[in-house]
Amino acid sequence: MQVPATFAYERADSVPHAIALLERYGPDARIVAGGHSLIPMMKLRLAQPEALIDINGLAGELGRVAIEREGEGEELAIGALVRHAELLDSTAATDLFPIFRDAERVIADPIVRNRGTVGGSLCQADPSEDLAAVFAALGATAVIQGPGGVRTVPIREFHRGPYETAVEPNELLIQLRVPVRPGTGSAYEKVERRVGDWPVAAAGAVLTVEDGVITSAGIGLTAVGAEGFHAPEAEELLTGRPPGAEAFAEAGRVAAEHCEPHADQRGPADYKRHLAAELTRRALTTAAGRI
Amino acid sequence: MSFGRMHRKEDARFIRGRGTYTDDVRLPGMLYGAILRSPHAHARIVSVDTGAAEAHPKVRAVITGRTLEGLGLAWMPTLSRDTQAVLATDKARFQGQEVAFVVAEDPYSARDALELIDVEYDPLDAVVDARRALDPDAPVIRDDLEGRTGNHIFDWEAGDRARTDALFERAEVTVAQDMIYPRVHPAPLETCGALADFDKVTGKLTVWCPTQAPHAHRTLYAMVAGLPEHKIRVISPDIGGGFGGKVGIYPGYVCAIVGSIVTGRPVKWMEDRSENLMSTAFARDYHMRGEIAATRDGRIQAIRVKVLADHGAFNGTAQPTKFPAGFFHVFSGSYDVEAAHCEVTGVYTNKAPGGVAYACSFRVTEAVYLVERMVDVLAAELGLDPAELRMRNLLRPEQFPYVSPTGWEYDSGDYPKALRLALDLVGYDKLRAEQADRRARGELMGIGISFFTEAVGAGPRKHMDILGLGMADGAELRVHPTGKAVLRVSCQSQGQGHETTFAQIVGQELGIPADDVEVVHGDTDQTPFGLGTYGSRSTPVSGAATALVARKVRDRARIVAAAMLEASPDDLEWAGGRWSVVGDPSAGKSLAEIALAAHSDLELPEGIEGHLDAATVYNPPNLTYPFGAYACVVDVDPGTGQVKVRRFVAVDDCGVRINPMIVEGQIHGGLADGVGMALMQVMAFDEDGNHLGASFMDYLLPTAMECPSWELGETVTPSPTHPIGAKGVGESATVGSPAAVVNAVVDALGPYGVRHADMPLTPANVWRAVQGRPFRTDLAIP
Ligand SMILES: Cc1cc2nc3c(=O)[nH]c(=O)nc-3n(C[C@H](O)[C@H](O)[C@H](O)COP(=O)(O)OP(=O)(O)OC[C@H]3O[C@@H](n4cnc5c(N)ncnc54)[C@H](O)[C@@H]3O)c2cc1C
Repeated sequence: MQVPATFAYERADSVPHAIALLERYGPDARIVAGGHSLIPMMKLRLAQPEALIDINGLAGELGRVAIEREGEGEELAIGALVRHAELLDSTAATDLFPIFRDAERVIADPIVRNRGTVGGSLCQADPSEDLAAVFAALGATAVIQGPGGVRTVPIREFHRGPYETAVEPNELLIQLRVPVRPGTGSAYEKVERRVGDWPVAAAGAVLTVEDGVITSAGIGLTAVGAEGFHAPEAEELLTGRPPGAEAFAEAGRVAAEHCEPHADQRGPADYKRHLAAELTRRALTTAAGRI
Repeated sequence: MSFGRMHRKEDARFIRGRGTYTDDVRLPGMLYGAILRSPHAHARIVSVDTGAAEAHPKVRAVITGRTLEGLGLAWMPTLSRDTQAVLATDKARFQGQEVAFVVAEDPYSARDALELIDVEYDPLDAVVDARRALDPDAPVIRDDLEGRTGNHIFDWEAGDRARTDALFERAEVTVAQDMIYPRVHPAPLETCGALADFDKVTGKLTVWCPTQAPHAHRTLYAMVAGLPEHKIRVISPDIGGGFGGKVGIYPGYVCAIVGSIVTGRPVKWMEDRSENLMSTAFARDYHMRGEIAATRDGRIQAIRVKVLADHGAFNGTAQPTKFPAGFFHVFSGSYDVEAAHCEVTGVYTNKAPGGVAYACSFRVTEAVYLVERMVDVLAAELGLDPAELRMRNLLRPEQFPYVSPTGWEYDSGDYPKALRLALDLVGYDKLRAEQADRRARGELMGIGISFFTEAVGAGPRKHMDILGLGMADGAELRVHPTGKAVLRVSCQSQGQGHETTFAQIVGQELGIPADDVEVVHGDTDQTPFGLGTYGSRSTPVSGAATALVARKVRDRARIVAAAMLEASPDDLEWAGGRWSVVGDPSAGKSLAEIALAAHSDLELPEGIEGHLDAATVYNPPNLTYPFGAYACVVDVDPGTGQVKVRRFVAVDDCGVRINPMIVEGQIHGGLADGVGMALMQVMAFDEDGNHLGASFMDYLLPTAMECPSWELGETVTPSPTHPIGAKGVGESATVGSPAAVVNAVVDALGPYGVRHADMPLTPANVWRAVQGRPFRTDLAIP
């Protein structure tokens, strides 16, 4: 039987309460959100936290998807406890950014999506996480709360390495904020061995075009060893150019060059690098078509 | 009439969640076992310290190889006349091998206590690649066996080598291809486990266990442990899938029994998913080289095969003992060839034992895959259409019964008819035209055909036994006074629907509704001896026994009816489910009427004791040979290597269909298996022998999303040797479908000159095949 080792369990009734509990139990405590990453690791005894702080009661604070004014413009705010399925169902999010629909349809399966959360996905920081690439492409901002208050971190600085993030042991990721720009199209392309599998490789693209010229390009990549889950060189190459097949193919090539994929049973490194190029090209093409 | 579509009687409990599986059985005072397993594929065991585990307040016993040595149970015989460690004493020989067994008050404590056992290992080099197992410097895995200096297990051959070689020498065309049928696992929904209850007072041992062969298990426990056989009761309750993985006896079963004897309390052990994938019977792992000799106009003359068989660390394949490569030598398949020859070499590696499982019909899967791939390789070489090439070489109906070059006697068949039907159903010519159009546009589409001949229903006891136990099965039929019947059979259903189909057979033979027949199975105290359910043998063997025992009852009923009708039995005829006087159907008696009379004060003729009950044992005169023609259509994304199965047509001929709905269900499942094996399933190992498919994150099962809506067709060629003309069907689709999928993918890759690619055809593998740089699918991807 796969059962976790013994642990203490606490249910948080507010974000400050969760933070207080984290402080009380120290670094061997863990937040549990959907539990779809953490609990399997505990069952396999790859993780043995001393305490679980359950934040599932905090949907009121952390479970909203909303478009909010921010200075001159608007931002899409996604609470850390928003479930994959809720993001998929949120037309506010998916109409603005079809990349969410593309990605969420191919993340895990309905059972996992019903409970797994956006915040849990990002905090898990698996090198193959789909949403890491999605938010990287979108140039999102992570909102983190700790004993000292709230701070923000650009998503491209959020991941510090495999399974490591900018969130300190006594902090909570509470929200992701995505800038809303007119003239934007987005898309996500993933290759998986089977439905519900983690990506062999995947690429997200977010393009803003003004007067026939790309003014902003976001390219997110996952499972291919792209630093910060994005492709800055390829993004730079596109900015200021008109969208088009040649430009997209070149961006794909450049993005692939800057990856460091590792071979595993999903595929050899050269194949993953090839996919980085091919999927970047495809995602850019689809994104451009959606503007 | 009782044959035909009817809902499964089992469904009433299964769809309500009211089945009783081994893990559902709870006994008062029950303890729980957990197994400590080796993290190393090959390591000397220096010491095992169980002190801390024994000190755990909830632990009742810790059993190690040393404990078992004291009882003479550290090693057990396998079904292939080898030995297997129950708990390792000297060395761990595969990752996941059983090292110690903890018995505790609850399953959580048992699991916790495993972490308290301190095992010191001295890691050794592992033999991972079967092709290196016979290298002179390869580490010797089985140094426990006297005089063993290498990893060679057996050499075995079949067919006529000289004739085959001669045909190859003269042949106008020859083709050769290396291929791997990789190690896969049946991964049943329910994992393995056992609940053992040894009653010290009565001396009776009761074992609940999801076994496909309860009687064989009982006899083996008696032979191995020296327990008296009549004091052993094996109960196989509902089983959540077997597929051959639940035929053998696993170390955990023995541990649960020993645990119960040691503690005097019932002990339950259920393995988890990773344990199931890592340590129970794998399937396949055949490294094959096939060759065909043919004429330039496409007549296949001879087939030659060399196989390197990876059997893991213990030779534990579950198959008729005289056949170390199972029925692989049926590899000449469905074709009219002059000669054939195969050589199989079995080797030990540092992997789990097994080899015969996953609906393989004792390795007919490997045989069909080999020949069906080879025919496509030949078609590519000759520039012939693969369907046309098959049509030219299929056995013709008038050749049956047909004796194959390796000695099989195929019972019946009309192969061209089945292939034509499949081609019609799929719209073959139109698809080829579509393919040409798509190719012109740079799109990759493939059409794959496979034709299979199965060999199932083991088997004639003269040739087939398991450890000396002949493969004949019993049946007992009891008819109650009111005409309701109870059938007792030796086989055990794992989803095949025996409670329904066997009731239908009795109903058909006795003219009573199938609902009036209760089928009892899976309990050795309640059923006659027999070898169980695997290799698609239930309907061919136990189904035949059922028909014959019903006929015995019918014959007895005839005598009683004659007494009732005051006529001579010779003047009666069986018509419309009644015995009646010839020429006077109005004066007939139904079975229910006869049954009541048989239990009444009716005076019976001399020598008839009353009642209608009967028993029989069926020793099959031959196997049955189901066959089929499959066609698969795929689309391949040239940029990513992703394969989409667009359509799958399956024409099956399994003789007379007792319940077509159940037959179709069996086929649907097998086709999904085929898609899984062809496209995603594999258990690979890295160079240290680490298992790279030990969870469902890594060992992928196909879902509805990967499966098209199956399109089924049928032909019916009754078996001449089976009493109701039925043939087995449980494994047909698993046997026949992988080749169709692979042939379709390879067909799609034709423009790149690809002639073969090994399973599983994952996107990466397809892309590399296109590049002409394939990787070994059975090893870690470099
Ligand atoms: C079968 C299966 C298939 C999957 N397939 C995919 C896939 O294809 N693509 C993909 O991207 N993912 C996949 N996943 C992963 C899935 O998306 C994640 O399991 C899930 O979304 C993580 O969220 P969770 O809420 O379940 O996190 P949890 O398991 O609850 O937590 C994960 C980690 O994040 C921490 N954490 C959670 N929330 C917070 C917070 N607000 N602040 C700080 N720390 C926090 C936890 O302490 C823990 O360390 C799959 C998972 C499964 C089980």
